[in-house]
Amino acid sequence: MPKYLLMIFQEEVATREEAGETVSGDYQAFMQRRAGSLVNGAALEPPESATSVRRDGSGGFSVTDGPFAESKETLGGFYLIEAADLDEALEIAKEVPAGSGVEVRPVRVAS
Amino acid sequence: MPPAASPEVAAAVADAHRREWAFVLAATVRVAGDIDSAEETVQDAYASALSTWDERGIPANPGAWLTVAARRRALDLHRRAATARRALPKLLDTSTDPPGGADLDAEAFPDDRLRLIFTCCHPALALDAQVALTLRLLCGLSTADVARAFLLSEATMAARITRAKRKIAAAHIPFRVPAMSELRDRVDGVLSVVFLVFTTGHDAPSGDGLMRRELADRGLDLARMLRALLPGDADVAGLLALVLLTGARNAARQDAHGELVLMEHQDRSKWDRTAIVEGVGLLREALASKPPGRFALMAAIAAVHDESGSWEETDWPEILGLYELLAAAWPTPVVELNRAIALGFAIGFAEGLAVLDLLGADPRLARYPYLAAARGDFLVRLGRSGAARTAFDEALILAGNDAERRFLQARLAELAG
Repeated sequence: MPKYLLMIFQEEVATREEAGETVSGDYQAFMQRRAGSLVNGAALEPPESATSVRRDGSGGFSVTDGPFAESKETLGGFYLIEAADLDEALEIAKEVPAGSGVEVRPVRVAS
Repeated sequence: MPPAASPEVAAAVADAHRREWAFVLAATVRVAGDIDSAEETVQDAYASALSTWDERGIPANPGAWLTVAARRRALDLHRRAATARRALPKLLDTSTDPPGGADLDAEAFPDDRLRLIFTCCHPALALDAQVALTLRLLCGLSTADVARAFLLSEATMAARITRAKRKIAAAHIPFRVPAMSELRDRVDGVLSVVFLVFTTGHDAPSGDGLMRRELADRGLDLARMLRALLPGDADVAGLLALVLLTGARNAARQDAHGELVLMEHQDRSKWDRTAIVEGVGLLREALASKPPGRFALMAAIAAVHDESGSWEETDWPEILGLYELLAAAWPTPVVELNRAIALGFAIGFAEGLAVLDLLGADPRLARYPYLAAARGDFLVRLGRSGAARTAFDEALILAGNDAERRFLQARLAELAG
């Protein structure tokens, strides 16, 4: 069965407010309802805790404070799910009680 | 090279291509397992039809013959490449319908065209990709033809189609009619794609001609296909009505030299009465659903024009009322523009012009040539030729195709004379 990564995006403020809280009731309800489809998942610490490691193009690395891409919405957590097809994956994504929304990416199948 | 097929056979194959392509391809996708190999085998089937029909005669049911041939070839390829294919990501879950099902030689195949339509018009694909796939897979246009229709290079269009097919495969976009709960939205998405194909053909946004006839015709084909597949759907009836009632005026839209003729000056005897009668019948059906959909309302507006004996007899208050309903449900700037024009003819040009001037502040209409052209027209009718000239100058800069540009130049010349 195809796997998809659901990347949960939310406004930075929301991420900060939720930091340190236990898993909310909404998320618990979602995870119970979709237990059969969830492979893995986690909430992330807020973006100011992020560190980005970029290749500098000459064999070295530059290490900077902050998320890889600056934006109003940041990655707050993820689920790895199994679904029959994209339609089912999108249905599950709509049920994630996410702040701003969810990006659905198919996991590449090794060939 | 094989000898060229007889003209009758070539015509029969061309006809089957136009009418049966989508059916044959859709029926082959499930056996082939993915769209790419299905396309290849269907192309092979059409090629072999040219020689085989020459030798053995044109079959009674060309669609069924082509489907059997394409499915047999797909199954063949499937078996031969089984080992290699096992490692590749599969587009389709064929577990419920294993390749080489018992129906391979049956006369009747399930009509899978709806599934194919919903795959091509899946909202997870960009709109321009949905349009390209629809023309390629449902109408059977070559990539070169699709590219030409949108005035893009073949390489650009090929990349767009390849990217879309790759996404269908990688993200597992299903080959399935959506669940009832989603059907309304998904049908609406399909209708938008078909409407876009039609309008791009009917009012070419660029290029030399006013219309791209091929594209407008394909829009009509697609609307008819949807009507056959979803006969009870009021919105589908509305779209087909709109396409018929708008297209009915085609023969009168240009004069013998290819110059644009406004509806006001069109020879109404050239309007296609058969299309109008069919369109009005469909419109009645579409309007029976409450509240009426946007295509039904647009079709109703087209019908008021089509059924009017002359420009002078046009029932503008009726048209204005319909635009008000349309604007209440779909308040887009283009609908607002048309409502203002109807207002001008129904109430007074000064009142219409006042609304057009307000719309001029909407950035979404800043590059829309028909706003400036409508202002110019109302200014002429109000006797303000200086301001009209400025408006037509602006429209000329923004105009999309050469026929429209020549028309605006002629209007400017009239004002100068």
